[in-house]
Amino acid sequence: MKRRTFLGGAVAVAALGRTSSAMAQQTPIRIGMSMAQTGGLAGGGKAALLGIEVWRDDVNAKGGLLGRKVELVVYDDKSSASETPAIYAKLVDVDKVDLLFAPYATVPTAPIMPFVKQRGLLLMGNFSFQVNSKVGHDMWFNNAPWGPADSWASSFLDLGQKAGGKTMALLSADQEFAQNLALTARDVAKQRNIPVIFDQTYPPNTVEFSSIIRALKAAKPDMVYIASYPPDSAGILRAVNEIGIGDGVRIFGGGMVGLQFAAVMSNLGSLLNGVVNYNTWLPEPSMYFDGTKTFFETYTKRAVEAKVDPLGYYLAPFGYAMGQMVEAAVNATRSLDHKGLAKYLRENEHKTIVGLIAFAADGERKESGTLQAQFRGVVDKDVEQFRVSGKQVILFPEKLKTGDLISPFEAARK
Amino acid sequence: MTTRRDSMVFWLGVIVFLAAVAAMTQIVRNEYPFFAGYVILQFIALAVAWSILGGYAGYVNFGTNAFFGVGVYTAVALFKAFGAPLAVQIAAAAVVGMLLGLALGLLTLRMRGIFFSIATIALAIIIETSVMNWRFVGGAAGIQLQRPAVMPPFDSYVKMLCFVQALLVVIAVGTARYIQNSRIGRGLQALRDDELAAECTGVPTLRLKLLACVISGALISAAGAPAAMYLQYADPSSAFNLNYSVSVLAMSLIGGTAHWIGPVLGAIVLGVTQQLLAVTISSEVNVLVLGIMLVLFVVGAPKGIIGLLLPRYRLRAGGKP
Amino acid sequence: MFSMDLLLGAVVLGVLLGCFYAAVSVGLSVSFGLLDVPHVAHPAFLVVASYGVFFLNDRYDIDPLLAGLMITPLFFLVGLVAYRIYYETFERRGSDAAVRGIAFFFGVAFIIEVLIILQFGVDQRSVTASYIGKAWQFGEMRIPIRQLVAFAVALGLTILLAVYLSRTFTGRAIRAVAQDEEALRLMGANPVRIKQFAFGIATAVLGIAGALLIVVAPVEPTLDRAYIGRTFCVVVMAGLGSITGTLAAAIILGVAETVVLTVFGASWAPAVSFAMLLGVLAVRPQGLFGR
Repeated sequence: MKRRTFLGGAVAVAALGRTSSAMAQQTPIRIGMSMAQTGGLAGGGKAALLGIEVWRDDVNAKGGLLGRKVELVVYDDKSSASETPAIYAKLVDVDKVDLLFAPYATVPTAPIMPFVKQRGLLLMGNFSFQVNSKVGHDMWFNNAPWGPADSWASSFLDLGQKAGGKTMALLSADQEFAQNLALTARDVAKQRNIPVIFDQTYPPNTVEFSSIIRALKAAKPDMVYIASYPPDSAGILRAVNEIGIGDGVRIFGGGMVGLQFAAVMSNLGSLLNGVVNYNTWLPEPSMYFDGTKTFFETYTKRAVEAKVDPLGYYLAPFGYAMGQMVEAAVNATRSLDHKGLAKYLRENEHKTIVGLIAFAADGERKESGTLQAQFRGVVDKDVEQFRVSGKQVILFPEKLKTGDLISPFEAARK
Repeated sequence: MTTRRDSMVFWLGVIVFLAAVAAMTQIVRNEYPFFAGYVILQFIALAVAWSILGGYAGYVNFGTNAFFGVGVYTAVALFKAFGAPLAVQIAAAAVVGMLLGLALGLLTLRMRGIFFSIATIALAIIIETSVMNWRFVGGAAGIQLQRPAVMPPFDSYVKMLCFVQALLVVIAVGTARYIQNSRIGRGLQALRDDELAAECTGVPTLRLKLLACVISGALISAAGAPAAMYLQYADPSSAFNLNYSVSVLAMSLIGGTAHWIGPVLGAIVLGVTQQLLAVTISSEVNVLVLGIMLVLFVVGAPKGIIGLLLPRYRLRAGGKP
Repeated sequence: MFSMDLLLGAVVLGVLLGCFYAAVSVGLSVSFGLLDVPHVAHPAFLVVASYGVFFLNDRYDIDPLLAGLMITPLFFLVGLVAYRIYYETFERRGSDAAVRGIAFFFGVAFIIEVLIILQFGVDQRSVTASYIGKAWQFGEMRIPIRQLVAFAVALGLTILLAVYLSRTFTGRAIRAVAQDEEALRLMGANPVRIKQFAFGIATAVLGIAGALLIVVAPVEPTLDRAYIGRTFCVVVMAGLGSITGTLAAAIILGVAETVVLTVFGASWAPAVSFAMLLGVLAVRPQGLFGR
């Protein structure tokens, strides 16, 4: 008995040794990208990268892609547009990677769009906004749930109008993403004949929002749409809490970046209550798919060690999803040919840990998956509370909805 | 007074340099060296241009990013409005940079030392704010541009941009060298060593200062203009990035400001280091290295690299080319 | 569209904002204004102080202002050491010092930034205290209490410093050293020690100012870059050597910003403040209240 088990064990080990050395002997599949690890986008960039790394480890544990190990080649683009052209030229011409992932966010991604189009390379997008609309690259697939550009403002205004809102105030940061959101908000408002009675932009590095909020309050709007960036989002909510926004406001929020990051959310605590804001993934029952729970367990452990966003809801699962889609395409086409992969990605629906993803002709999602959720019952100084369902009630889209809007805003804040 | 021989050696070197770059564009297939090369050449041009005011005259300009951004956005505006070709974009950027330099000089006529530097910061913020509010070039939302087709003999636009930037380096270095060896240079040096004494001995300090501002500004903006086509994208936070001001200052100081070769060396050393560090995994290391290099050089090697290499070098009238 | 009411409110908030600017600049007013040290790393030290306050508040639940007071002695010592290093490397060596001094402090600022990132990560941090998030109803207006706190602290700091510099022995020695170092040396006092002490005080003040910074708004490691312009703007506009001038200049700046914001729109506010600075410098290079 002993000998047989021993022999069996030896054979097993030898077999394992052979397969793993077979895997090790083949050249790895290399996926190249730049990621913001310093600069203004670093908080998001690090979380996104960790999500992708978790995918890489999972896929390698299963034997890799096409029997080959997956390796990530990552450079720091410093959140800047001027770094990426050189980085992606290096990835393609010198490192000769097999596949490309885009940097996090629009600003570093925009300069490389013409490059990948000219060279006919597949590019998996990572949370840019409308970066392909002018370039029209047919091998671009954005993992963000945005969908059509105006879906943000539309969904928010839908909710506001249903609650009786007729006028709108718009406050946006003088920054690329916020300005693009503001543009779409103005367009949608015009289409629906909603007067925009307050429309201001504020410069980056604004410290104090009391005066701006006072002016906004004085205009007496029904719906307040804010397009802000992490440092300002916190300042704005503080000012709103101190100065007040007026009893007539039915709905407040919309496009505030930063309210998805653990550090910001735990800082603001109860100041978040009542705010309706966009999000990409929330721990509500309707948002759990195959593999989602396990992903977050792995991610959370590694994030705390790496001093990265411990919740990771906003970006990390979508990084993982990017990997999943590429994995499915490579396995289905049994090759690394970019054209073939692009065709597969375009023509199919993909099952990922963030749900089903299908792409439109411009590389964005066919349907918007952007959530609008309202913060409820949040208490101060507690990051873990956000892991429980019910703190951010999903109001939109319909098929993921878990609750109804509480309006007016001042009432929802209690 | 430079000897004829020195001038011939210099210009021969220039021709060899340009020929080498041109040859590379025809021979090297790989595009990456041209992307990286463009960035390094750009910083050489910027550092040399900065040094005309900051090194020779001793007026530290913290607003390099403003001149750079203005160059980028002049190119953007002309391209968007008229589809202007690259040469026109650069020329126009130089003119705008010149005017901005003039404005800066006039505004800061009576300011010395750090007051001048603070004024440049103020100017930079005002200009950045103005461009952010300029809807035509996209404002804060940024703007994506489509390059025109590349002209032969270049087969790729980036290779052409690299060559153009090499030309700009030559123009900047040539101008700096001319100034350094002429009466202007000596006047600037006198101004830098002791402005009051210089005035007393009849050096036209105000006029020289204006001249340095104008020339430096024009060159910086000209070096910034091709960036619009290089990135095919512009947004205020990238174009007016403080990194340009700090890097250029660091490059000139690390290289040494007494001679035009100083900023060239500093830009090459720091530029290559930064490119190398950008393509390694460690991220914050880049900023840390810049900080440490600054501190080390400023404390240990105050005359910069040229001070280390040629310990007894002094800038004198009739110094080396 | 604006009303007198809104405008009045803007002025009030502007004064409070100005006091906040004064608090974060007053240390620079001593180190740069009196001692001529081009202390570009002043905002970086400020951010370090904020993180120190964050740490004490987060770990031990200490009130931020109290935490600020607690780190003041530590910062005083840091200031003493820093000045010694600066003096040995620059002031002794001569004329080129200005440019190199600036570069040196830039280098220091970057190193500090990276060290903060390595220790705390890149995310923004803020503190909690009983007075954050509440407002005081004053007639029609609601004034955030943390602004009032900033106002009180800034006023207190400025008055304290001004009194110290004009009434106490060491204070006046500092003043003297700024005016005429030679004369002081001839009178037997050691100017270097006095300057060192002054720099220590300037850095110590940053402890409390850092607490204010994180009370008013969240901080993140690269925040110092945003404040270099502002703090130097305040100090230069005030005129070197005038502590009370710093308070006045800061208030003028704060009011200008908030009024422009209310009347013309927020995006022009920074342009206006810096245009004012340029204007002041062009017309009166020694600043509004300078010597």
